[in-house]
Amino acid sequence: MRNKKKADARDGASLEELHREKPRRLEIILTSIFFSLLMIALIVNLAVYMKRDSATAINNNYNSSRQEIIARQNIRGRILSADGDVLAETKEENGKEIRVYPYQNLFAHVVGYAVKGKAGIENTESMNLLLSHESLGNKVQNELASVKNYGDDVYTTLDVDLQQAAYDALGVYNGAIIVSQPQTGRILAMVSKPDFDPNTIMNIWDDIVADNSSSVLLNRATQGLYPPGSTFKIVTALEYYRENGGNVSDYSFNCNGKFNYEGSTIRCFHGSAHGREDFTKSFAKSCNSSFANIGTSLELGSFQNTCSELLFGQPIDTAIAYKQSQFNLSESDSTDMLLQTAIGQGGTVITPLLLNMITCAVANGGECMSPYVVDRIQSRSGGVVKQNEPQKAADMMTPQEAEFLQGLMEAVVTEGTGTKLKNDLYTAAGKTGSAEFSSDKSDSHAWFTGYAPATDPQICVTIVVESAGSGGEYAAPIARRLMDEFFTKNVSF
Amino acid sequence: MAHVISDLSKYVILFFMAVYTLECFLILLRPDDREGDGIYARQIICMFMVHFLGFAAICLETGEASYIIFYGFQELLLFATIALFRVIYPEADRLVVNNMCMFLVISFVILTRISFSKSLRQFVIVSVSMVAALFIPAFVKKLRFLPALTWVYGAVGVAALAVVFILGSVTHGSNISYTVAGVTFQPSEFVKILFVFYVAGMMAKATDFMQVLVSALCAALHVLILVLSRDLGSAVIFFVVYSGMIFIATHNYLYLILSAAAGTGASLLGYRLFSHVRVRVTAWLDPWANIDNAGYQVTQSLFAIGTGGWFGMGIYHGDPSSIPYVEKDSIFSAVAEEMGVLFAILLILVCLSCFLMFMKLASRIEEPFYRYIAIGLSITYIFQVFLTIGGGTRLIPLTGVTLPLVSYGGSSVLSTIIMFSIIQGLYGIRSKERIEEDELYDEEEDDYEE
Repeated sequence: MRNKKKADARDGASLEELHREKPRRLEIILTSIFFSLLMIALIVNLAVYMKRDSATAINNNYNSSRQEIIARQNIRGRILSADGDVLAETKEENGKEIRVYPYQNLFAHVVGYAVKGKAGIENTESMNLLLSHESLGNKVQNELASVKNYGDDVYTTLDVDLQQAAYDALGVYNGAIIVSQPQTGRILAMVSKPDFDPNTIMNIWDDIVADNSSSVLLNRATQGLYPPGSTFKIVTALEYYRENGGNVSDYSFNCNGKFNYEGSTIRCFHGSAHGREDFTKSFAKSCNSSFANIGTSLELGSFQNTCSELLFGQPIDTAIAYKQSQFNLSESDSTDMLLQTAIGQGGTVITPLLLNMITCAVANGGECMSPYVVDRIQSRSGGVVKQNEPQKAADMMTPQEAEFLQGLMEAVVTEGTGTKLKNDLYTAAGKTGSAEFSSDKSDSHAWFTGYAPATDPQICVTIVVESAGSGGEYAAPIARRLMDEFFTKNVSF
Repeated sequence: MAHVISDLSKYVILFFMAVYTLECFLILLRPDDREGDGIYARQIICMFMVHFLGFAAICLETGEASYIIFYGFQELLLFATIALFRVIYPEADRLVVNNMCMFLVISFVILTRISFSKSLRQFVIVSVSMVAALFIPAFVKKLRFLPALTWVYGAVGVAALAVVFILGSVTHGSNISYTVAGVTFQPSEFVKILFVFYVAGMMAKATDFMQVLVSALCAALHVLILVLSRDLGSAVIFFVVYSGMIFIATHNYLYLILSAAAGTGASLLGYRLFSHVRVRVTAWLDPWANIDNAGYQVTQSLFAIGTGGWFGMGIYHGDPSSIPYVEKDSIFSAVAEEMGVLFAILLILVCLSCFLMFMKLASRIEEPFYRYIAIGLSITYIFQVFLTIGGGTRLIPLTGVTLPLVSYGGSSVLSTIIMFSIIQGLYGIRSKERIEEDELYDEEEDDYEE
């Protein structure tokens, strides 16, 4: 019996052996490894998203449903100045949470508002303000006491005194001011006028939106596109230096108050004749005739490249909402357009933010840092959640080129249009501008952009005063007030 | 107070899931012998805790005691499944049973949280599927004519897909399902299995060039119908499964290169020819610019995952319903949102352990037909996991496939349970092979004695 069974098994086995084989494992192992790698790719991709991108991604108005869920659990955190003054906080009034801005209009644009689509830091840091990094123990305690958790605090780079000085200095004019630190890109003050009181934003909203002409909500410092006027001569000078290198010292021009070229005419400001001048004097005196002359010698393709390197028409690596500045000059443009562009008129438009960045790059040996207003995110109990470190935005120029421009900008203050900044306390450097913005040419926007001290730059100031007049008369004195304010407070230089 | 408990439960759930995942890989690394039942018991305890804590959170958050009854029925189903497989199929792999149940636990928790009625419906389908599943391993083991039906698998598969393409109803822009007597079927889910049987049958007969060419034409026909039906996810799965099976069956690396080239060519052609392919790719490349239309699903999915964070917002503390098709294509994002990204990563690892277990089995089956089936089903499973999770996390474009056993959907869950049961049947085949080897060996010894 047993034998028969065995024999059956043998028959069956030998029959099946025809179809059987020892599996070759190599391909199976390779296939397993391949799909395992796909799974690892899933995990790595997920981890990278969480670590690098998720914080920015989830701070989006399309994610409002989840933000509201978190807002029900946590109290929106505070926004503070670099010194810890409260710029925005949420208080409870009659059982209702309200957002309070103690400085009212002062920080209107840079801090922004947390309703109606949000703006400013309230917008870019919305999610960080809502999330709470209090300890688990605290959270449990709050939960048991039915109290909301405190959302994290946003510590900015802003200085209340400097902001106040800038705000006051701009006075009743419309315009914008940015004060920053060239080595880091930290924004110390940012003012835009006309302004509004964010405490009352809900009440004034309909009026503001209805009024198309004033654009009160626009942060002119980062989103206002202005003709750069003579401040653009920084760019023209850089391009001339790039094309002519060491021969710049040979440059000479005789200014009689106007410049004629192929039927087009460029006049100097108020028609003043600057006489015989070299390159430095042309820049210091902001001689339109001389710079129009320079413009005729420039090579268009190279000029366009230089402007791209200075981030015209390019994205800027910053969390702050901004508009792209535009350099518009092409082969098909008229001679007049070319001459106008060389002196900062024509089709070129720039934001005070980008002009400030270019000035910072000059002061900083060519390296432009990304501008930022948020220093760190901190939990209410003091633990640092995220610390922002200075980051390079672009290498705008070589150290030699920066040094060349530094010399020009110092001359503006010592012997040119920026003499209002001459003083015994510190040496400043900069460039004035008076940008014509309409065809009747009666008024111009007053520009100043510069830094101090010239030898070891600590702050960089960019000012535009709308419809005020000349930059030397109306913008340079504001720069003086801001630098005075900064250096009387920071005597470390 | 209830809030605190449900809030803390997510950390405890994560802990048990972590232990469970660790055990999965420990089992995977063990030699074949079946000692140490403790490890499986520990897994079952972890599974029970995840299920219990998940439903505790649901009950506390909703204040609805009726969920306890639902929970009780689920427990009954899970333990019946584990016990019956153990009794009827002692040779079945216990890790595969455990993983199947773990996926169902996660599915029950997250689906109940999203929609009670859908969860209830899913539970009924799972219960029915489980009854069917108990017969399948026996069929696979006993029905020795299965390898002979090669052309039946291919023909039925193509016919089923073609019928849907012609008569099917359109869901989410793809006509991939049809409704018979009130029940909606999605045949591509079942054709996946038939297709694996077809290719396995072809390759078991011969692996010469003609055989590969003929099978390639049939595979291309499957893929073509699916692309025309706009079921891109299934089309890609069929293609990858076919390439993998041919590569392993022929040991020919040239076929691998050929199929990579064919895949690239077909993708480019598809991109040029079909606007729905272009829409998906555009939405993938820059979902933020298309957030109002094509990019909406993936951005909502990314919001859910990102806002949930590593530990999740907690069950009922997120907003998974804002993700389109959350219970089907985007279930993974819902899990990540409320149970945490860490939990979601562990879920990926459990899926991986499942796949590796299948491949380990495949490398031990000596009969080519059954070995190829094991390989085909493994690839079908893991690649589908890759497509759905990769799509929701923006590693690859969205293809609209489900996460097997976790997503809502009758066809999907039934076909996956059938797949897992066939795998269990293959464990039966494998153990039969082993017994026969042993007997041959015994006999030789006996002969020697005589």
